[in-house]
Amino acid sequence: MTEHLTAPRFEMRGVRKAFGATTALDGVDLAVRGGEICALVGENGAGKSTLMGVLAGALQPGAGRMSIDGRPYAPRDPIDARRAGVAMIYQELSLAPHLSVMENVLLGAEPMRFGLVDRARMRELARGALAELGHDDILPEAPVAELSPAAQQLVEIARAVAVGCRVLVLDEPTSSLGAEDTDRLFALLARLKAQGHAIVYISHFIEDVQRVADRFEVLRDGRNAGRGSVKDATIGDIVAMMVGRPVAELFPRTPRQPGEPLLDVEGLGPGGASFTLRRGEVVGIAGLIGSGRTRLLRALFGLEPVRSGRVRLGVVPAPRDPRGCWRAGMGFLSEDRKGEGLAVHLSLADNVTLTRLEPFGRAGWVSPGRQREAARQWVERLGIRCGGVGQGAGELSGGNQQKVALARLLHHDVDVLILDEPTRGIDVGSKAQIYALIDSLVATAAAPRAKAVLMVSSYLPEIRGLCDRVGVMRRGRLGPLLAATARSEHELMLEATGTA
Amino acid sequence: MTARSLLDRTGTALGLVAVAIVFGVLVGPQFFEPANLDLMARQTAIVCMAALGMTVVIVAGGIDLSVGSTIALSTVVIALLLRAGVPPAAAGLGAVVAAAFCGLLNGVLITRLRVVPFIVTLGTMLVVRGAAKGLAHERRIEAPFTWLNDLLRAPDSAAKLPTGIWLVLGLALVVAGMLRYTRFGRHVFAVGSNARMARLCGVPIGRTNVAVYTIAGAFAGLAGLLQFSRLSVGDPTVAVGLELDVIAAVIIGGGSLAGGRGTIAGSLIGAAIMTIISIGCSQKGLANWVQQIVTGAIIVVAVALDRVRTHGAARLSETGA
Repeated sequence: MTEHLTAPRFEMRGVRKAFGATTALDGVDLAVRGGEICALVGENGAGKSTLMGVLAGALQPGAGRMSIDGRPYAPRDPIDARRAGVAMIYQELSLAPHLSVMENVLLGAEPMRFGLVDRARMRELARGALAELGHDDILPEAPVAELSPAAQQLVEIARAVAVGCRVLVLDEPTSSLGAEDTDRLFALLARLKAQGHAIVYISHFIEDVQRVADRFEVLRDGRNAGRGSVKDATIGDIVAMMVGRPVAELFPRTPRQPGEPLLDVEGLGPGGASFTLRRGEVVGIAGLIGSGRTRLLRALFGLEPVRSGRVRLGVVPAPRDPRGCWRAGMGFLSEDRKGEGLAVHLSLADNVTLTRLEPFGRAGWVSPGRQREAARQWVERLGIRCGGVGQGAGELSGGNQQKVALARLLHHDVDVLILDEPTRGIDVGSKAQIYALIDSLVATAAAPRAKAVLMVSSYLPEIRGLCDRVGVMRRGRLGPLLAATARSEHELMLEATGTA
Repeated sequence: MTARSLLDRTGTALGLVAVAIVFGVLVGPQFFEPANLDLMARQTAIVCMAALGMTVVIVAGGIDLSVGSTIALSTVVIALLLRAGVPPAAAGLGAVVAAAFCGLLNGVLITRLRVVPFIVTLGTMLVVRGAAKGLAHERRIEAPFTWLNDLLRAPDSAAKLPTGIWLVLGLALVVAGMLRYTRFGRHVFAVGSNARMARLCGVPIGRTNVAVYTIAGAFAGLAGLLQFSRLSVGDPTVAVGLELDVIAAVIIGGGSLAGGRGTIAGSLIGAAIMTIISIGCSQKGLANWVQQIVTGAIIVVAVALDRVRTHGAARLSETGA
């Protein structure tokens, strides 16, 4: 299929968008043909979400032209965009959890008969839409809340297809999916592509982009920063375009010297995990989503009940509640940054210092000046980009939010850092900084105050690049910890999926 | 500072100025005479006192619907104690302790039963009202005249404020300081802003909530003391629905029902706005029903503003991602 033969399904030319004084988009072009999957990649804040917001009618561009199938296209709002055939599948699923699958699929487009909803026809239409996606296993009557995240995503895609959308935008569709569901989603995307849909695929996972997309378009600082065919580009090429510089060494490794055991876990139920974490080492836990990795970390930190087993922190039994854990020198970084990690409406200073306000005054008093001063030091040391420590944490970009959440553990000066998906959904530049930070925490150079890090990650290069020892979790059971490089990514994945 | 945060910080004060100008023009210059200002201060004192506690509750992400009933109970307790020959100071203290106990009950029920504050305090609103009526045998309780009745009396010289007003202002400083300069205050903000995060960070959520509702109860008791000062009787049917005025004052003053936001200064200004409207309407000779419509509209507008603020902030953080 050569370019001049097929006109693009949709085209955006010279799109500009500013929020107050900040220019989010500075003349961006994007065109995608029917039967094509185009990946839109770029760091956080590069303008991907803004560009797609403009396409989907949620934002009004300051300048630029758009067309669909050659006809001018200027949606007033998302409903207008949907009528023109553009549907956006958001990161946060936008379904009504208490309604059934069919009610969700046809929400706002219910078939009517004598002024009443025609439920039989509704069932038929929903079943048809799901069958078109090759998923007639999902029952139209099932309440959406009872479906898995993967199935919910399918319902959302079915909704777009049912109303005849021909342009689909998927924003980080695999971020909450395990490997198997990801495979199924990719098969579905291939099917939609064959049916002639134009698909825009936004993702931080370059590996996913390589698997699923035909072309990629890179945004950087609100401008086009490169494009190409996925076949002709390596991950390194794409990342270099995203960050504007070659990423020489993503995973630094200074000499490490594991010291005394800091965390000793024996038969922690229900899966009966046993391992030892020493000062000056990083232990990683790989595995699929839902394999019990997060549950294990949360049980260690007293956030979920422990049914059996013994945990020792240093030489004493570990406390069974978060408050006690912080006091005993153990800190936790949640995978759910906005829901649990940060208070988005509170200031950066409050977020960083909340667990340890004692240094800022005696007898329960807190001096806001000293609190801000302490936060300012971490902003400087971690290179957090913000408009001051009084700024609301929610106003920062994802990468900077994650640094704020990490700064809390550093401010508390804990010895044991428990990190759940420390780099989920953040840009490559911030990832590199967080890798360097974790490395510096456990380095021999930091001895005798070196920390111990226990982390869970779904990103295998990160697990292998950053950790000293790695264990794989499957169906709630933790396998043996082996040297990080003892198993290839492929072998880790095989062990995680249980085919090893 | 962004335009938004500037508006957030000064918006309520601007609202107060706007409302004052409107009624200044409608009623005439006598609206701003010291005697009239004094009248407004005394009328707003009761709502302000209760709003001090309500601000803490709302910042912590809760709500307290039992405030009006607690005020009534407080007036009844004072009257009964005075009649029994208890000294005035001890009678006032007794009422505040009884009210604080009501708040403690709210806090314990909310944390132990894990029922949402709206439902728990809806229940205790009826329970406490019933208790007040039972204590008073469904009658007004006459009480001997003491200095408690002078708390909100206009002083001899117009330049001086009544003692009750000073009490409100002094306690306002204490509560504002507590919210800003103590660990407890920062914990209140954390719990209200994101309870899951507060738990993860080891904030004692249960203890914080119990303290928050106890404080709210104590301030409802103090508001009851001021109410008694105006009535000079214990009245179990007084202050019905007053909790809504108090909540409205906090919301108009920038508090968010989603929790995590609210200031003492804002709540006091919010109460002042509502008082200016009510006194302005009556001095303009507008009927009671007009007052009610205007006040109701202001409440809805204020809550709508609250929504725009939270919603707008959420949208901002999304585009930042």
